[in-house]
Amino acid sequence: MQQIFNFIFKNSILILFLLLLGISLTLTIQSHSYHRSQAVSSANAISGYVYQQINNVDEYLSLKEQNEALAGENARLKKILFNTQDTTNIPPVKLPEVMGNFAVIQSKVIKNSYGVHENYFTINSGHNQGVKPDMGVVSSLGVVGVVENTSGNYATVISILNLKFKLDAKIKKNNHFGTLTWNGKNTGFAQLIDVPRLASVQKGDTIVTGAESRIFPENIPIGTIEKVYTDKKTNYFTLEVRLFNDMTSLGHVYIIENKDRDEIIKLEEETTKPNEQ
Amino acid sequence: MSSSVIVNIFRFIFLLLLQVVVFSRFDLFGFLNPYPYILFILLYPVNGNKAGLLISSFLLGLTMDMFLNSGGSHAVACVTLAYLRPTFFKFSFGISYEYQTVKINDRLSPERFSFILISVVTHHFILYLLEIFRFNLILDVLIRTLLTTIFTLIICIIIIYLIKPGKQ
Repeated sequence: MQQIFNFIFKNSILILFLLLLGISLTLTIQSHSYHRSQAVSSANAISGYVYQQINNVDEYLSLKEQNEALAGENARLKKILFNTQDTTNIPPVKLPEVMGNFAVIQSKVIKNSYGVHENYFTINSGHNQGVKPDMGVVSSLGVVGVVENTSGNYATVISILNLKFKLDAKIKKNNHFGTLTWNGKNTGFAQLIDVPRLASVQKGDTIVTGAESRIFPENIPIGTIEKVYTDKKTNYFTLEVRLFNDMTSLGHVYIIENKDRDEIIKLEEETTKPNEQ
Repeated sequence: MSSSVIVNIFRFIFLLLLQVVVFSRFDLFGFLNPYPYILFILLYPVNGNKAGLLISSFLLGLTMDMFLNSGGSHAVACVTLAYLRPTFFKFSFGISYEYQTVKINDRLSPERFSFILISVVTHHFILYLLEIFRFNLILDVLIRTLLTTIFTLIICIIIIYLIKPGKQ
């Protein structure tokens, strides 16, 4: 017994080190392993407050750009409004509000990140404003991410620029589906993988969110096709997508709540359960 | 003794804030950020409490993870650096470093430079290895480690020169 105590006392620093290393390694591996598994995130009062203060200063320096972006968005929305009677002129952006079962919460990015392989950004609305995990986040130009963690007044959002990000998307003109991912290389481009070879794709075609997504409404713009090539392993098309959003400068964003999401998930679970037995 | 505790607490908060408010927002070429907050671990008193250094390094790393959404990679890198620090001291300053009065916070000599260099490389390599966490991107880990090390080293030396207690 005496020897055990002696051993512990002699190696107390090593034991403490191994304990702390174990805790932090567990946190790291856990955060990489699956969706919504970050135990430590910037969705909390302290870091939220700090980033809010930084953002308040930053905003003054970019007031002109912000105003121009908002005016541009207004012009686009006005254009849709004026053209609603004209059936030949299909609006480029279908508004989520029109569809009835989607709610929209306005918010602002207070901390953006685009330099690493798993990027998250922080917004200044949390569950007090009705934001819940797995809600979609769009800007005036298109999809930017999906809510990951929430606290009282802040939330972290998994960005399109994250190797863990996956989204059902389709080619607008012929409705062929694929999965939108990011390969970690360029902040201006994402990849649409697993597109069937029989799909006719052309450079410049628009990519929008698919109807399969339970998070986003259908037809929210994502980007345009920049390059088409065939994946050698799977023999499917991989499309290089030029994003409409400049992910390195995000300002005002909108959080979309799909009110039918729980119902759809419940229904799908009930349907698939008997088949597995 | 108590004054050194207060100095260290102040240094902890000051370097953390400086890192979050200024250095984590550099994004040079879109991905380069220096991490001079590890100066806290390097400048911790040589004969100070070892358990205190380990625990405060863990908290420092964890706070950085909280701010940067990096899971736990900063915590792992900081704890490892804190544990290996005596080894690096021995390597840079010789076996009897504890009996000399080693002061990092002084004029830059080859010993001090090599100590800072080894520490920064170790920290950054572990950090990027765990942050990227994919073996097919190992080249990316090495490139980022190399470039960020240069950047951090320059910033660290500038900070050391700025906070050096003036003698003249």
